[in-house]
Amino acid sequence: MSGVMVIAEVKEGRVKKSSFEVTAAARGLCDQSGAEVGVALAGNEIEGLAEAFGTYGADKVYLVQDSELERYSTDGFTEALAKLIEEKAPDAVLAANSILARDLLPRLAARLGSGLMTDCIEIAVEDGHLTGFCPVYGGKARAKCRCIGEKPHFATIRPNVIAAEASDPPRKAAVETVAPALEAVRTKVLDEIREMGGKVELTEASVIVSGGRGVKKAENFKILEELAAVLGAAVGASRVAVDSGWRPHTDQVGQTGKVVNPKLYIACGISGSVQHLAGMGTSRTIVAINNDPEAPIFEKADYGIVGDLFTVVPLLTEELKKALDN
Amino acid sequence: MNIIVCMKQVPDTAARIKIKSDGKGIETSGLSYVVNPYDEYAVEEALRLKEKVGGEVVVISLGPDRTTEAIRTCLAMGADRGIHLKDPAFEEADPFVTAQLLARVISGMEYDLILCGKQAVDDNACFVGPALAEYLGIPQATVITKLALAEDAKSVTVEREVEGGREVLHLPLPALVTAQKGLNEPRYASLPGIMKAKKKEIKAVDAAALGVSADALKQKVETVTLSPAPERTAGKIVPGEPAQAVKELVRLLKEEAKAL
Repeated sequence: MSGVMVIAEVKEGRVKKSSFEVTAAARGLCDQSGAEVGVALAGNEIEGLAEAFGTYGADKVYLVQDSELERYSTDGFTEALAKLIEEKAPDAVLAANSILARDLLPRLAARLGSGLMTDCIEIAVEDGHLTGFCPVYGGKARAKCRCIGEKPHFATIRPNVIAAEASDPPRKAAVETVAPALEAVRTKVLDEIREMGGKVELTEASVIVSGGRGVKKAENFKILEELAAVLGAAVGASRVAVDSGWRPHTDQVGQTGKVVNPKLYIACGISGSVQHLAGMGTSRTIVAINNDPEAPIFEKADYGIVGDLFTVVPLLTEELKKALDN
Repeated sequence: MNIIVCMKQVPDTAARIKIKSDGKGIETSGLSYVVNPYDEYAVEEALRLKEKVGGEVVVISLGPDRTTEAIRTCLAMGADRGIHLKDPAFEEADPFVTAQLLARVISGMEYDLILCGKQAVDDNACFVGPALAEYLGIPQATVITKLALAEDAKSVTVEREVEGGREVLHLPLPALVTAQKGLNEPRYASLPGIMKAKKKEIKAVDAAALGVSADALKQKVETVTLSPAPERTAGKIVPGEPAQAVKELVRLLKEEAKAL
């Protein structure tokens, strides 16, 4: 590896945790070879965000600044970052697997004549090839993939699989400001609708409380939200809950929804179809609460309580309040 | 309006996946296949547009012989004709090669709008849509949940998912969009639709017809091995009355799982 470039992401003026995770992963790849970890951060007036990357092992931070980059656009970000990558010629380009990355990285890789490994849960360099493990077939199988074309090689990494650990020793990243000359952006944002100001994004959440058929109606999700509030958790839903109109489709966890990877997943009134498991099967600890002892979710859960969720969930909220206060 | 939908046939999401003994692919015998669920939203949206403003909906798919069934399903829903990219040389096509081949066939066509699913549920690569837009040099909007055509039919306004909400984006045509759940409710093929589909054209296009060299068919990402996901095994059912069980669960989460 002659160098790895991380495409970092800013959300509401802060660097996303998953970008630090990817920086730490890049450091891990480069420690074998002593190669340089660069971080590319595109935006406008983002000088204050550069410093933190050194902690996670970055040698260099490229601040790609332009008023056009104030908000994300496929055209603007692709052009600015493609130029930077061409100039710095890293062997690999990594980003956290986010909505933005899934829009940007394929376009960027295509422009630079490369393929992309999406949503890797492990990443390594083997015989000079960037190699990743990617869940495929709805999480039913894992593909060990490797990039074989010309460099740079591209991959996105699932949030929460690599700890954002401070590198030892911590580094002081050199900051370089880049002013890209951009052509016109063809798309125009007309409006932005915020739906969950301040709430935790499902795909990045470390704790998720999720509800399914057993929750019975939209209003009943309140007891799940109360549990989530105690845990600092995001609230997810099964396909049934979404298709019944109880939750927005953005909350759906599963093969036709979001793939999540929390430390703790609490499934309430969810039977546990293969499609649902496809979305949360890599969670570290799964808890199931369901009144049907035969529900398939119990075959996958680490801990189960057979009982009425309307009794169990509020009790759990109270008990956790006590436990977490201590 | 000329609308193109790129579709992939994938194993049924409820199907059990068995890995072949060479550890590189899956057992395909007896496996049932479907139109990739996200591509169904793309087909449905294309049909709704056509019903509003007229025009043609062409479905393009790359895959082996069986792919014809999936194209036929889209024709039964109401698409006008199909193009099937089919050649033994395409068998190893990864998303990169697929995007290249699609770009090659589409660049010889008239089009205003291209719709794809936001991802295929088999390889989850999310690559083909944006890469195809790149090769055609047109703007893109991914994970859209709403689409409206401007009155002059020269642009579209879409609503797309972004973290923490949605954004409303305006794109000049021609453009490529990828469909997310919530965009619409795909129709089922009607019986007359199924009958009509039998007579609709599916044109097979091979490597020679596209004029592609072996070099253009070189994968960029190869699968080294495929293995079953580690099975999660059943843990413990925490026994007792609810209050007691919950107490014990919290203890286990704290002390055993260290999940709190």
